[in-house]
Amino acid sequence: MELTKELLLQIAANSRLKLSEEEVSEFLPQLKEVMEVFSKLEEVNTDHVEPAFHPITVRNVFREDKVEDCFSEEEVFDSAVKNKEEGYFKGPKAV
Amino acid sequence: MMDEFHLFNHRVDSSTGKFKFSVKDSICTEDMPTTAGSQILFNYIPRFDATVVERLKKAGGVCIGKTAMDAFGFGSFSVNVGLDKEVPKNPLDKERVCGGSSGGAAGAVALLDENHIALGQSTGGSIACPAAFCGVIGLTPTYGRVSRYGLLSYANSLDKIGPIAKTVKKCAEVLEIISGADGKDATCVEKEKGFSEDIGRDISGLKIGVIAEAFGEGVDPEIAEAVRHAAGMLGEVEEVSLPITMKYGVSTYYLIALTEASTNLAKYCGLRYGVEGEPSGVSFNDYFSSVRSENFNKETKRRIILGTFARMVGYRDAYYIKAMKVRQLIIDEYKKLFEKYDVLISPSMPVIAPKFDEVEKMTPMQQYMMDILTVGPNLAGLPHISIPCGKKDGMPIGMLLIGDHWNEKRIIQVADYYEKK
Repeated sequence: MELTKELLLQIAANSRLKLSEEEVSEFLPQLKEVMEVFSKLEEVNTDHVEPAFHPITVRNVFREDKVEDCFSEEEVFDSAVKNKEEGYFKGPKAV
Repeated sequence: MMDEFHLFNHRVDSSTGKFKFSVKDSICTEDMPTTAGSQILFNYIPRFDATVVERLKKAGGVCIGKTAMDAFGFGSFSVNVGLDKEVPKNPLDKERVCGGSSGGAAGAVALLDENHIALGQSTGGSIACPAAFCGVIGLTPTYGRVSRYGLLSYANSLDKIGPIAKTVKKCAEVLEIISGADGKDATCVEKEKGFSEDIGRDISGLKIGVIAEAFGEGVDPEIAEAVRHAAGMLGEVEEVSLPITMKYGVSTYYLIALTEASTNLAKYCGLRYGVEGEPSGVSFNDYFSSVRSENFNKETKRRIILGTFARMVGYRDAYYIKAMKVRQLIIDEYKKLFEKYDVLISPSMPVIAPKFDEVEKMTPMQQYMMDILTVGPNLAGLPHISIPCGKKDGMPIGMLLIGDHWNEKRIIQVADYYEKK
C-alpha cells in the first residue's frame, strides 16, 4: 500500500490535524519508510491466532457499588479554565 | 540546583520527608503542573495525586518535582520535548542524550543523592532505555502490577509505571510501596509481593538464558561482549531464541502503541483543561484542529497519523489486528522459554547513549529501531530490570534481565547478586 500525499492529508484531517506544507513534505517520506517496515508483518503466519488485546488475561476488578466523594464544581472548573459559563464548559458550536 | 534544571519540567526544593522522589511528568501530582511534556498541557495542574504518588507520600516520601520527557512518551532519547524548555542532557556527558522517554527521571537519579528515587513509565522501553544510558537501575513491573490511575496514557495495553533508583534493592522497596490493587484502576490486580525476599539467596540453581538474536546484527559488538561477560558471571547460561519477537517486535509494538495513542490523544482538543482557543465563530472541527496543530510537536503528529492510519477502515485488519495477533505469538515465544528458564538476558539497548547530533541525523524509523531489545518484554507485559554492566567510551552499558509474569522477585534476586559481585 502506497502512502500518497492525498491519503496523508485525509488521515491528518481524520486526526483533527492541519499539516503545513513543510510538514507534509517532511512527513511523507518518513512515514512511507515506517509503513514499509510495518508492512512486513504480513509475512507472519497468524492463521488461527486470536488477537492479544492485552499482554495478560485481564479481568476487570470491581469496587463496591457505593457512592464515593467526587470533585466539587469549583475543583472541576479550575481557575485555569478560560471557556466556561454557568457551570458548563464552553466549546465551539456543534451545529 | 541550577545544574539539574534541564532534567525537570518543574522543580521544588524540599528538605523534609523520609526520602525524596521525582515523578515523570506524565503522572498526575496534586497542585503541581503535569504536562506529559507537551505544550498542549503546559498550564494543567491536577487536583489529585496519581495512586502511585499518593502511596509514596503516605510512605513518608516528599515529591521534589516533575521530570522531563519526550512529549507523551513519544521517543527514545527525550529530545522530542514539546514544552518551551531545554532538552535534558546526560549527567555523565552533556553532549549525549539521557535516553527516553523517562530521560529526566534516569538523569535525576544519576545526578542526585541516593535518598532520591524516580517514578518512570514504560510503554515500549521508556524505563530500561534511560536507565541504561544514565547508568542507573530501572525496573519495569509486570503489566497490571501497579495502578495507572492518574497516568496520562500513551497506550493502555502497554503502559506500566515503575521505579528508577541507584540500587536494585531501592527499586524493590519502591515497587513494594506502589504496587497492589487499586479501586480506581480496573486493570490493576493484587498478587503476591515480597520483592526483596530472595535478595541474598543462592542463585546457582537458577536457569538463565541469553537471547541469541539480541547479540547480533544492529547491536554494538562491544556492548554484546560486555553483556555476555556479565551474564557469564551469573553461572551457566544457555543460548535461547526468540525469532518472531526479534524480527517483528518493533513493527508489532509501534502498530499497537500508536493505534492506542491516536485514540488516547483525541481528548486533547482545547476543552476542559490545557490550552484553549477562542470557541466563538469557528466550526467544531476547525477549533479542535487549530488547538491540536499549534500545540502538538512533530513527533506527536507523526505518531497520531500513523496510529489513525493503522485503524482506518480498510487498513485495520492488515495493521492493527494483525499486530495484535503477532503479539500473541510473541507472548507464546516467551511463555515457552519460561517453562524452562527463570531469567532471560539481553543488552538493554543496542548502543550507548548517542550524541545529540547523531540523533538528529536519524530518520524516525531508525529511531524506532533503537527499541528493538525492549519492545519484546513490553509487548508481553513481562517484568524486566536494566542494570549497568560495564562501560564503552566512558558511557554505561545496560544489561536487561527479563522474568516471567509476576516474578519480579527472581530478576531482583539475580540483579542484586550481579550488582554486589
